[in-house]
Amino acid sequence: MGTMANAESYILAIGTKKGLWLAHSTDRKEWSLNGPHFLMSEIPSIGIDTRGDSPRIMVGVRSEHWGPTVAHSDDLGATWTEPDQGAISFPKDTEAALERVWQIYPDAESRPGVVWAGCEPISVWKSTDGGEHFELNRGLWDHPHRSEWGAGYGGAAAHSIVVDPSGEKVHIAMSTGGVYRSLDGGASWEARNKGISAYFMPDPNPEFGQCVHKIAADAAVDGRLYAQNHHGVYRTDDGGENWESIAEGLPADFGFVMLTHPRRSGTAWVVPLKADGERIPPDARLAVHRTDDAGGTWKRLETGLPDHEYNAVLRDAAAVDTAEPVGVYFGTRGGEVYASADEGESFTEVVSHLPDVLCVRAAVVSGAAVPAGAASA
Amino acid sequence: MPDITVVLPSILQPLAGGQSVLTAPAGRAVTVDALLDAVTGDYPVLARRLRDETGALRRYVNIYVSGEEIRRLKGLETEVAAGQEVLIIQSVAGG
Repeated sequence: MGTMANAESYILAIGTKKGLWLAHSTDRKEWSLNGPHFLMSEIPSIGIDTRGDSPRIMVGVRSEHWGPTVAHSDDLGATWTEPDQGAISFPKDTEAALERVWQIYPDAESRPGVVWAGCEPISVWKSTDGGEHFELNRGLWDHPHRSEWGAGYGGAAAHSIVVDPSGEKVHIAMSTGGVYRSLDGGASWEARNKGISAYFMPDPNPEFGQCVHKIAADAAVDGRLYAQNHHGVYRTDDGGENWESIAEGLPADFGFVMLTHPRRSGTAWVVPLKADGERIPPDARLAVHRTDDAGGTWKRLETGLPDHEYNAVLRDAAAVDTAEPVGVYFGTRGGEVYASADEGESFTEVVSHLPDVLCVRAAVVSGAAVPAGAASA
Repeated sequence: MPDITVVLPSILQPLAGGQSVLTAPAGRAVTVDALLDAVTGDYPVLARRLRDETGALRRYVNIYVSGEEIRRLKGLETEVAAGQEVLIIQSVAGG
């Protein structure tokens, strides 16, 4: 039996339009909260790296006044470090400037120190030193499609990065541009959008130009990914060569979130919104939907969620942890955050009335690891 | 020869070792660009708060030279002479 100090507990990092909050729980039902960190700066991306001796929290920070940066904490938010020259900085020859860090993705356990980032303007970056310094991926930056990539409503960004266990096969998604795949660890990239609709373009089935909102990899089946598109929910079983709709059974095919189970193949979660033109939960009833058969059927999950909700859930404002059973977390643009300790079967409210939630990430940590100054919200 | 003084808003002072005013010797007139290089040389994070990696002044950072906002002058090429005061102020933006 482990002692209390060795028992597992849970960290939930909540990035909002006006700062970061850190929540801590021992049971994923009762949460203590501390924050705000980075008050008045938005936190659009969070990565919690649990591969080392102690968890490292990395955050994309963006001030309207003072610009974007990346900071990290190795003591659960007690102190934050920002590299002098900036962890992500465009090389001079690109004549580009970082606008926002949309994604911070710690790579596999087998590749300690490797962290990927997806940014605006559309770019992918890779760090080999735990997120303190990132190198621009030149293969994507110099891609011949670049001039035709567009901006979604939130900006033009690479927002999803999925790396397979080998490290060679990398899928990214960008809005707008769609899914791109590399088979050589990121050296070169090809569009992989066959079957994904771009109904808003003159040719609704272009090679690229899709507005893929989020992609996530299946836990076990090689080459299987899921995508929440700007209208459309899809699965591929061949690494993106072909995508097929798995939207049947959902109340709407619009939304931003796509989550997958860390270990169980076939399980994914989405949070449907009514439509592009009505970005609210269908019938103003907030619900998470889970499939356990790779999109064949969907189960509506709403226990513990409010009777009505008119706010959207953004693409990175949802996450899973790695516990058993898996925890599911999400936040709304209305500043509510919910947690489920049972894969979405039931939710409890973590906190309400925060600023718009842009990003949440959860991790299982040692019981001794409690965010500094944690106090009840 | 009087120095050129650069006055920081309170929110940026921790990035300059707590100083509210930075000074640069001014043997002759210098551009705001060169002045920022000089006074932020020891404070790279402060430097990144003011200008992005292309060297452009961030959109909601306003710099005043003797009371004039530099975008109405010559931008970062605006010249500053010895004895002049440069104010860095965040613009009224956001909500």
